[in-house]
Amino acid sequence: MAELLPIRVRINHTPYERSVEARKLLVDFIRDDIGLTGTHIGCEHGVCGACTVLLNGEPSQSCLLFAVQVDGSEIVTVEGLKSDGSLHPLQEAFSAAHGLQCGFCTPGMLMSAAYLLKGNSEPSETDIRLAISGNICRCTGYVNIVKAVQLAAQALKQREIKA
Amino acid sequence: MKPSRFDYYAPQSLDEALALLEKFASDARLLAGGQSLVPLMNMRLASPQEIIDINKVAALDYVEEHDGYLCLGALTRHRTIERSPLVAAYCPLLAQAVTFVGHTQVRSRGTIGGSVAHADPAAEYPTVLATLDGKIVAQSVGGRRTIDWQHFFRGPYMVDLQPDEIVVEIRLRKPAQTAAGVFLELSRRHGDFALVEAAVQLQIDGAGKCAAVQIGLGGVAGTPVRALAAEQYLHGRIADVVRCEEAAALAAENIEPDDDVHGSADYRKRMASLLVGRALAQAVERGAKLNPQ
Repeated sequence: MAELLPIRVRINHTPYERSVEARKLLVDFIRDDIGLTGTHIGCEHGVCGACTVLLNGEPSQSCLLFAVQVDGSEIVTVEGLKSDGSLHPLQEAFSAAHGLQCGFCTPGMLMSAAYLLKGNSEPSETDIRLAISGNICRCTGYVNIVKAVQLAAQALKQREIKA
Repeated sequence: MKPSRFDYYAPQSLDEALALLEKFASDARLLAGGQSLVPLMNMRLASPQEIIDINKVAALDYVEEHDGYLCLGALTRHRTIERSPLVAAYCPLLAQAVTFVGHTQVRSRGTIGGSVAHADPAAEYPTVLATLDGKIVAQSVGGRRTIDWQHFFRGPYMVDLQPDEIVVEIRLRKPAQTAAGVFLELSRRHGDFALVEAAVQLQIDGAGKCAAVQIGLGGVAGTPVRALAAEQYLHGRIADVVRCEEAAALAAENIEPDDDVHGSADYRKRMASLLVGRALAQAVERGAKLNPQ
């Protein structure tokens, strides 16, 4: 039996304490140990971006991190995007603009787009395409994904104006 | 696939890390950003018995300037370089190059020391090091040594580093006219590995002549290369359109790239000429602004 190492993390603002094998990937920890299966495992070698989460605010591929490395960190997964029981404007926009077909890449796309909109409220199409360039969609749905992010940026702005 | 079992160490200091590396030597691998090592482990192309995670060695994360050199701690992440005002002011060539390093997620985690030590022939930093006469500082329990880029990069994924040594710092000579630096890259999609990279650093004197010129190429050989014949041709001359094109042709003549699925050797040579020509033209324009006639 391999040695287990204790870790403490906050995922979507909830603190967790678990013990993990050193070789356990963060994505497997999030899915299997914590039970948050919104984060997808695609290529498992850092190419497809489906497993993107925010690690201390920065988009990172959770298949290229060992869970033991994130001890003491703050993680946000796709489940953490919604607030007060309602979907994030990005999630609404992906639905409205048909920004997904099979949905496999969607959690990673949403996390990359959420990171973009946090720092850039009026992204150009180029900004959006660069922001999601580390996320692969194999249904060839990029056009609608870009439209969805633009829609979400507008919605977020309107919400700001109202508030 | 999943990585095979390993023992995990997370030293807090460089001394601790060096002691662990000396103890385990070739059985161990250093883990920094993990953007190259972890994929290899996931595919079981690498199965180290010990992992020495140096992410907590905060003393290796810095960007400083000493004696005309820009010094970057090995653990400095691509994103830090991208956002560093010191890099933007001292070394725009590096600031441009880093935007081509992988995608956002890769730049959040990956480090300059990791990329340099991995020495992928299509990586960006080695080309920047070649262009700006870069040096690599390596340290072991036995002491420190500074290695010139020409000696450090030995071939694809091969560097002059002993099993008990850690890359601790990257040094780039500050150019006389920082602004006249240009980095261009051709890849299938932005952020993918480069087919060809061209880097140019110029210094144009009051008479409009090239007082200094450095031209580096990446992705066209096992290691980064300098286009010395092209540099020699331009030195002391006014870099007009015709001479820039001639220099670009010379740069491409002296390389022998390989064929692969991404492009033939001939295509790479033609693209090398094109990119060097473009980079020179842009560098001349920027240099001319610094020396208005």
